[in-house]
Amino acid sequence: MSAVRPVHIAIDTGRCIGAGQCALTAPDVFTQGDSGFSEVLPGREDGNGNPLVREAAQACPVAAIAVRFR
Amino acid sequence: MTEPVAFPQDRTCPYHPPAAYDPLRGGAPLKRVTFFDGRPVWAVTGHAAARALLGDARLSSDSENEAFPVPSERYVGLLRRRTPLLGVDDPEHNRQRRLLIPSFTLKRTHAMRPRIQEIVDQLIDDMIAKGPQAELVGDFALPMPSKVICSMLGVPYADHSFFEEQSRRLLRGPELSDVEDARDRLEDYLRVLIEAKQAEPGEGLLDDVIREQTAVGEFDPEELAGLAFILLIAGHETTANMVSLGAYTLLEHPERLAELRADPSLVPTAVEELMRYLSIVEGMLRVAVEDIEIAGETIRKGDGVVFSLSLVNRDESLYADPDVLDWQRSARHHVGFGFGIHQCLGQNLARAEMEIALGTLITRLPGLRLDAPAQEIPFKPGDTIQGIVQLPVAW
Repeated sequence: MSAVRPVHIAIDTGRCIGAGQCALTAPDVFTQGDSGFSEVLPGREDGNGNPLVREAAQACPVAAIAVRFR
Repeated sequence: MTEPVAFPQDRTCPYHPPAAYDPLRGGAPLKRVTFFDGRPVWAVTGHAAARALLGDARLSSDSENEAFPVPSERYVGLLRRRTPLLGVDDPEHNRQRRLLIPSFTLKRTHAMRPRIQEIVDQLIDDMIAKGPQAELVGDFALPMPSKVICSMLGVPYADHSFFEEQSRRLLRGPELSDVEDARDRLEDYLRVLIEAKQAEPGEGLLDDVIREQTAVGEFDPEELAGLAFILLIAGHETTANMVSLGAYTLLEHPERLAELRADPSLVPTAVEELMRYLSIVEGMLRVAVEDIEIAGETIRKGDGVVFSLSLVNRDESLYADPDVLDWQRSARHHVGFGFGIHQCLGQNLARAEMEIALGTLITRLPGLRLDAPAQEIPFKPGDTIQGIVQLPVAW
């Protein structure tokens, strides 16, 4: 299995509608706070090597997640 | 160019898009269709275009807009009523949604699972006690989400049977007067319940929203009653139809059913594939409030747009052999829950309900079968949420 390049993840919380699709797709990187808004888990801003991070960003219904290669 | 296809039309098989939509499949992602009143409307059938447009604020959900498309005669009056959450745009929609999302997080819906399992087990116990026959819609698929919503809203146990009975009349009539009467009774009941909860807060979604609203000094019992009513409607028939139509589809695909029974860990994947395959919300409506250029076409301000979710979810450019039910494919990115700001608020709860209901049903009733010829089982007309009307089963 090839290594997944580290990325930088940013969530636009103004846009987030709390659908929870990112946390459902990549639960080791994203979580939903009690208010319902998505957050990146502390220390996982580099994507934790999870190939599903991009998938999670695509699953966001309001395109609130930006994933950039570092 | 051939004649535009009439939209919506009835399905010919309850789990496939209507055969009459065949000319709309493949090719350009936007097509012209004709509504019952002769109005030409854009039909979105391509997956990429659907996701782009469902995320586009230039398409409005406001059913009070004069130009909002009406799919059939019987919706003429219905759609003209203002529907909170579903029938409003941002910023109003966003404000309402934010009140509710804390109650529908993955964590909260996960915590509901034991309660959902208890409800499902009880309904199956009752079916077995009365069996070996049942009518799966009335005995299982409808009461299940009704009981779940009761629990979520924090309806006191003593009122459960009233609440369930009224929500059954609301959805199934049989007369229009039943529907209207049930609506009035439920709305009155919710108003009284909200007052009681305001005086004496307890556990549940209503209590949480009251606390939140009170904390920011925006307590609005009328709005909350409206939102609670929408949650009841939106979370009820949709889930029920997925469970009954899902069960029917599994019984009509014995190999897929056998795979699930052999490996229950496939159930969550199967639920996603069923969401894609069944696409029970067949025609999602919007109206353009500005011109939009997309896929070489211009949607003009005032144009009506309908998303044919069954065709979008069977877009061949994304799903190989889209008409085949297949647990091995990745059904991810289906738009069965919609997309954009209005994507289903309760989707995580719905997934839990579908997984537990269908998974438990096929496990506890290994001999489950249709108790009538498949072709004789009545299903819903094309202008509403797709599903089975009555599903006689035996085991």
